[in-house]
Amino acid sequence: MELLSGAEMVVRALKDEGVENIYGYPGGSVLHLYDALFQQEDVKHILVRHEQAATHMADAYARATGKAGVALVTSGPGATNAVTGIATAYMDSIPMVVITGQVMSHLIGEDAFQETDMIGISRPVVKHNFSVQHPEEIPSIIKKAFHIAQTGRPGPVVVDIPKDMTNPTDRYPYEYPKNVKLRSYNPVNRGHAGQIKKAMDLFLTAKRPVILAGGGVVIGHASEELRELIHLTNVPCTNTLMALGALAGRDQNNVGMLGMHGSYEANMVMHHADVILNIGARFDDRVTNGTDKFCPTAKIIHVDIDPASISKTIRADIPIVGPAKNVLDEMLAIVKASNKQLDAEALKSWWEQIEEWRGRHGGRYRTDDSELMKPQQVIETLDMVTGGDAYVCSDVGQHQMYAAQYYKFNHPNRWINSGGLGTMGFGLPAAMGVKLNFPEADVACVTGEGSIQMNIQELSTCNQYDIPVKVICLNNQSLGMVRQWQDMNYESRHSQSYMNSLPDFVKLVESYGHVGMKVDKFSDLEAAMREAFALKDRLVFMDVAVDPYEHVYPMQVPRGSMRDMWLSKTERT
Amino acid sequence: MRHIISVLLENEPGALSRVVGLFSQRNFNIESLTVAPTDDETLSRLTVTTQGDDRVVEQITKQLNKLIDVVKVVDLTEGEHIERELMMIKLKANNGTVRAEIKRTADIFRGQVIDATQNTFTVQLIGSSSKLDAFIEALSGASILEVVRSGVSGIARGEKVLSL
Repeated sequence: MELLSGAEMVVRALKDEGVENIYGYPGGSVLHLYDALFQQEDVKHILVRHEQAATHMADAYARATGKAGVALVTSGPGATNAVTGIATAYMDSIPMVVITGQVMSHLIGEDAFQETDMIGISRPVVKHNFSVQHPEEIPSIIKKAFHIAQTGRPGPVVVDIPKDMTNPTDRYPYEYPKNVKLRSYNPVNRGHAGQIKKAMDLFLTAKRPVILAGGGVVIGHASEELRELIHLTNVPCTNTLMALGALAGRDQNNVGMLGMHGSYEANMVMHHADVILNIGARFDDRVTNGTDKFCPTAKIIHVDIDPASISKTIRADIPIVGPAKNVLDEMLAIVKASNKQLDAEALKSWWEQIEEWRGRHGGRYRTDDSELMKPQQVIETLDMVTGGDAYVCSDVGQHQMYAAQYYKFNHPNRWINSGGLGTMGFGLPAAMGVKLNFPEADVACVTGEGSIQMNIQELSTCNQYDIPVKVICLNNQSLGMVRQWQDMNYESRHSQSYMNSLPDFVKLVESYGHVGMKVDKFSDLEAAMREAFALKDRLVFMDVAVDPYEHVYPMQVPRGSMRDMWLSKTERT
Repeated sequence: MRHIISVLLENEPGALSRVVGLFSQRNFNIESLTVAPTDDETLSRLTVTTQGDDRVVEQITKQLNKLIDVVKVVDLTEGEHIERELMMIKLKANNGTVRAEIKRTADIFRGQVIDATQNTFTVQLIGSSSKLDAFIEALSGASILEVVRSGVSGIARGEKVLSL
């Protein structure tokens, strides 16, 4: 058997796991590891400018591909800088392996230079974490880390490695395990057949059915099965923020996103449904609004791979624990074999009702109340220019909601956003992580002048590695979502939501070696955007001036039911 | 309602902190917690008593089960079970009347005096938490110097077994 140092084992294990790119930043505790990286060519390392960006790049790669992304950071501040990115992945169930350096084992607990208890700090925001106690454990720990990260309900795993575990002169036999067995971790790989049967019996008796698709459909690669079930039964489908693209945005059966900023028709459909088939959505507070008033007439079938997500906030009438793909497959088989069908008359009048709701265009933006460009127009233009096929990596705030509402994704895994944690600064590194792995694809970062400044240093990384993403910055000179809440709940006292002293973004990006564009008029927008996307090998930053007074609508009334919405500044359902 | 939850846990460094962290992170209540190795040296057994309605307790068991280091979880209060807690209580016992009274009360509760000085008695008592509470209540006339309780351990009645 080959003898390798701990540092070499880490790198070799990554290679044996099929990892091509890792994202990181060196430092004292990981110097042996970086030396091992230097001496091989299989695993490519991308040097970011801040560790948070490394985790977001790894995370976005995972969101786009389903495979765990890998970040490598040093101990202490390197590790703590990574925590936001780990928490971001954790909240959205994204597989990721984060390798953190640690001070030498004999120094642990002595407040050594750049020591932090990363196992303790990361514990509430990881699926699991490991501390390496002996170099010989490294192959099996890395194997377990990938296994845990990628199976069941995915999530980030931290591997904390004290520096002396990677000492280049201590060599041990290396073999990468083929299989891994953990007696306390056995994720389900199929749903309970009896429960699935029961669920379909109920579903096929529905008069006002709706399918609710969540992030589990996207992460679980179950989009095809979902689409088949929807088209086989002709039921309406709504989706959470995490499931954009699970069903094509322009599909006739798609009533759009639900929840706080969901479409009028989606929230109306939910409120009036008699059977909700929830696949892979965890009924989070941004989806349900007031849980005591949630969908009063509906029976709820809840499919989730994580039993703890079922009946956590909304009690399920029929719980099914299992992966979305397998459960949907079995549901399809039952529907195809069944002599029962949905009541065609009832379904017809349900669709008539839905079309009426649709026809109201509730909450749609107006262009006649301002001379200024509307942020929604920018997203619609992006959708038109890229044909709904781009990877759209979003930051957090109003622009995120506009992108979710107005970009019509043809495919799953192309909407890359921090849904659960709502991490500003996510968008640019996420776009980089995607573009690096899909060099031919159109990759847009939709951001605002607030969010972009939380990781703007990564423009330098883009220059170093030629990562030509397109940054669409909806510049409203304020923290729009904060401002909107202040308008609605604090009598427009704009406490600290005004972005004073913005940089000249065009000059700034030019200084990083990229192309900057400033767009002030809607009439210039489409041509500018087409030009930006035509510059295939350049990063283009579009600083687009939009109406700072615009609000995101619909917006659910706090603690109300699904159908209680503001549709404009003056109109309520 | 009060629940006694038994957990088989990998005997690994940091495993206990994952369980304790989970309770504080998710705002679950811990009334008592005991943990010790079992006959299988790779496993620890942990017993936690908690308060919560059905929904909360369902979440507690589900979330515990999700921890990678947790091998098995059982809510003992779902079935017939035995719970025991050990208490040692040090009392001021500096005259004959008090000493006799303490001894008599301890006898009633089947406690034992396990240490004595001229001025103190230390009584050991084993039983359910409510029995220990009742003993403290019964001694309200005496002067309590120190109380130490082990927290609850529990086991299912009959042939039901929590093991691998």
